[in-house]
Amino acid sequence: MKRFAALFHALDAANGSRHKQQALLAYLAAAPAEDAATACWLLAGGRPLRPVAAPVMRAAAQTAADLPDWLFDECYERVGDLAETIALLLPAPAPGDDLGLRRMLVGHIMPLRELSRDDQAAGLRALWRQIDGDSMLVVNKLITGAFRVGLSRQGVVRALASHSALAPERISQRLTGLLASRQPPGADDWYGLTAAGDDGDTDALPCPFFLAHPLTGEPAPRLGPAGDWLAEWKWDGMRGQLVRRGGVSHLWSRGGELVSDRFPELLAMAAMLPPELRIDGEIIVWPADAERPLPFNVLQRRINLKQVGRKLLAEAPACFVAYDLLGIDGEDLRRQPLASRRQRLEALLATCEDPRLRLSEAIASDDWNALVEAREAARSRGAEGLMLKRRDSAYGEGRSRSQARGDWWKWKLSPMSVDAVLVHALRGHGRRAGLFTDYGFALWDRPVSRPDAALVGFAKAYSGLDDAEIRRIDSFIRRNTVERFGPVRTVRPELVMEIGFDAVAPSRRHKSGLAVRFPRILRIRDDKRADQANTLAELRALMPAEPG
Amino acid sequence: MRRSDQLPIELRPAGLYCPAGDFYVDPWRPVERAVITHAHADHARSGHVHYLCAAAAADVMRARLGDIRLQTLDYGEPLVVGRARVSLHPAGHVLGSAQVSIEIDGHRTVLSGDYKLQADPTCAPFEPQRCDLFVTESTFGLPIYRWPDSATVIDQIRNWWHDNAAAGRASLVFVYAFGKAQRLLASLADGPGPVVCHGAVEALNRVYRAGGVTLPPTRAVDDGIDRAALQRALVLAPPSAAGSPWLKRFAPYADAFASGWMQVRGQRRRRALDRGFVLSDHADWPALLQAIDATGAETLRVTHGHVAVMVRWLHEQGLDAGAFETAYGEQPGGDG
Repeated sequence: MKRFAALFHALDAANGSRHKQQALLAYLAAAPAEDAATACWLLAGGRPLRPVAAPVMRAAAQTAADLPDWLFDECYERVGDLAETIALLLPAPAPGDDLGLRRMLVGHIMPLRELSRDDQAAGLRALWRQIDGDSMLVVNKLITGAFRVGLSRQGVVRALASHSALAPERISQRLTGLLASRQPPGADDWYGLTAAGDDGDTDALPCPFFLAHPLTGEPAPRLGPAGDWLAEWKWDGMRGQLVRRGGVSHLWSRGGELVSDRFPELLAMAAMLPPELRIDGEIIVWPADAERPLPFNVLQRRINLKQVGRKLLAEAPACFVAYDLLGIDGEDLRRQPLASRRQRLEALLATCEDPRLRLSEAIASDDWNALVEAREAARSRGAEGLMLKRRDSAYGEGRSRSQARGDWWKWKLSPMSVDAVLVHALRGHGRRAGLFTDYGFALWDRPVSRPDAALVGFAKAYSGLDDAEIRRIDSFIRRNTVERFGPVRTVRPELVMEIGFDAVAPSRRHKSGLAVRFPRILRIRDDKRADQANTLAELRALMPAEPG
Repeated sequence: MRRSDQLPIELRPAGLYCPAGDFYVDPWRPVERAVITHAHADHARSGHVHYLCAAAAADVMRARLGDIRLQTLDYGEPLVVGRARVSLHPAGHVLGSAQVSIEIDGHRTVLSGDYKLQADPTCAPFEPQRCDLFVTESTFGLPIYRWPDSATVIDQIRNWWHDNAAAGRASLVFVYAFGKAQRLLASLADGPGPVVCHGAVEALNRVYRAGGVTLPPTRAVDDGIDRAALQRALVLAPPSAAGSPWLKRFAPYADAFASGWMQVRGQRRRRALDRGFVLSDHADWPALLQAIDATGAETLRVTHGHVAVMVRWLHEQGLDAGAFETAYGEQPGGDG
């Protein structure tokens, strides 16, 4: 555990990817196989099921630290991270046996999940007495699941590729398989991950997704002639890969999660397709007879549920919008140009009439003006904007590979926005610990001229401000707190900010009756008073009109 | 027990005031007579008519405030002011820092100023004072603040300096220019390269040396140090120098901040520095409680820092605890 803790602290301290690569490579060279495998799995985003609920952990820590409730809360609020708060508060333990990373995880952390709450608390306290100070933070983070370190999945792939002298694509594909499991990989998996040679494509793993860069500003002239580009609608669903292998279908999310069980209607649809196949696309809720898909919050109900009832299947029918054909009949098409992949995709889908499988529409793109107009119409189609894909481009991997940069762009509409009043604040986490950085915003429930007008919360947002602005708002919140409920501060409703978002939809879960998508702060409106903020009716009016 | 409104110290718009002696302690607005605990800017302000401080602080006071009317006392030496008997006692914070003792009719009040209990080769160690009313700071008044042993931290810094020098880069440490910088210097002799100080730090080094504190030799950048030596150097600069062109000459360098605030990972990451070393000139939570306990005081008043937390904690221990809302610095990034 000490070796992995040292790696964690080295990655945490390092600024710059070269130092991080060096630290990880040194670890991989020194660690036992099972620890190297588990470390890569964790760093690339693999997680065990959460072994202990946060309140149980918090209560056990409070007992171990012998502090009153309120003082533990003050500390937590200051630190902004439960795992770190506990590491700072517990008495320094006597260093015991140094277990390896995987043995710690599999032998001591994951079994906590099977215990009763009381036994979990006792188990945690016993664990805390055993581990040394440097490991304490890391072990706690493995327990809370808030294990994040500034290294991307691609960074792990790069280090593994360099360690094993294999192509990053092969590593990435193998890693995707490991990441689909909640069980930390062992020594055999390590040899499998780093073994030389071909995998023969005998498995049903997804290949890495190719991701687009956001396009800011105008596409012309820097993207060249519009005719070089395939333009498609950018849907606000869930990116997915449909893999058929030996006639069995698997549906993967972009995060490497197998989601087949959640979309039985898509599996039923896939059964009609050829037995060896790989399609990149978007899972979205789109009833057969509807002109446009339903908003994302409807899909969200499907994503959250592992077991889908008949009622939900009828209310929120899923559809797979096919973007790209990556492989068929054992042939990998990813190196071929998009235009020819597209032709084969069209030919394939022409044979298949099922409303649950739609071909992503190619928008006529002879000139940029037509595309600018199409983009403007995106919202009325239920789309977020356009995707631009270079017709002669191969299917790349991830977002950061430089030679493929510029082949795929997402060209979203400018956000809709309202002016809203800051009413709540919470302290941030991680880099923003201690500062008030998470805000709740409200709109008026009726025209402000009415004496009974009240503010109703409609969105939370925490991104969009720079460090100087955050400090300024933090100081405003400290000076204007009117009430505290646990970590939440109610703030005097004075400060107005412009809040941008990508879509509005009706919602039964929100008090305002409306849900906004990707709310973020566009700017602070010092020129506006609270009574000049927008109303809920004005927000509702931004929803696209119901079709015909 | 005295009622709060009868305390021998009261909060006035200009600062903490002692009616029996008609003087203030560390006032933040200009007053006639000011007793100063130590020469950090938020405690020793300009514009007062008469100043009183510890003899060991006189040089720093003059260096920072210029030609002031200054009276000094040796530690422990009494002075009668009105009905009050005033004496100053080491606080262990920085050179010349003092706790202020005020005795009136057998009732003794002690104001801590800023203090620490850790050893510091550049100033006299904190001396606990028995008293009836203790006014304490609370900069790090939360249980998450528990300092590692300072010798361990010094070793971490020394190892980091060696590693950097071996890799051909300078080691840049941001430190408070008065106090922390000299404490580090005095603890870090014989490194792998020269010690280079920013002008703001060097100005204080001169005062310390003149006051008899032994510091290893330091260089200023205009000494004409060759490049090879710079790449092995330890550079001490105040936090305000971060991002300034002055730093460019040291590239390539690794940077770090030495402060109690570095105890929390988010604080470290927010600054995007290579390292954060947990080294503070203030008492941590256990030291605050230890110091308070050692006074035997039944009445406590808490100033700058985590005031509400300390007050509630002391109250729950059955003590008469309250707050004084002072104007001393308490923002992370300041003197820590």
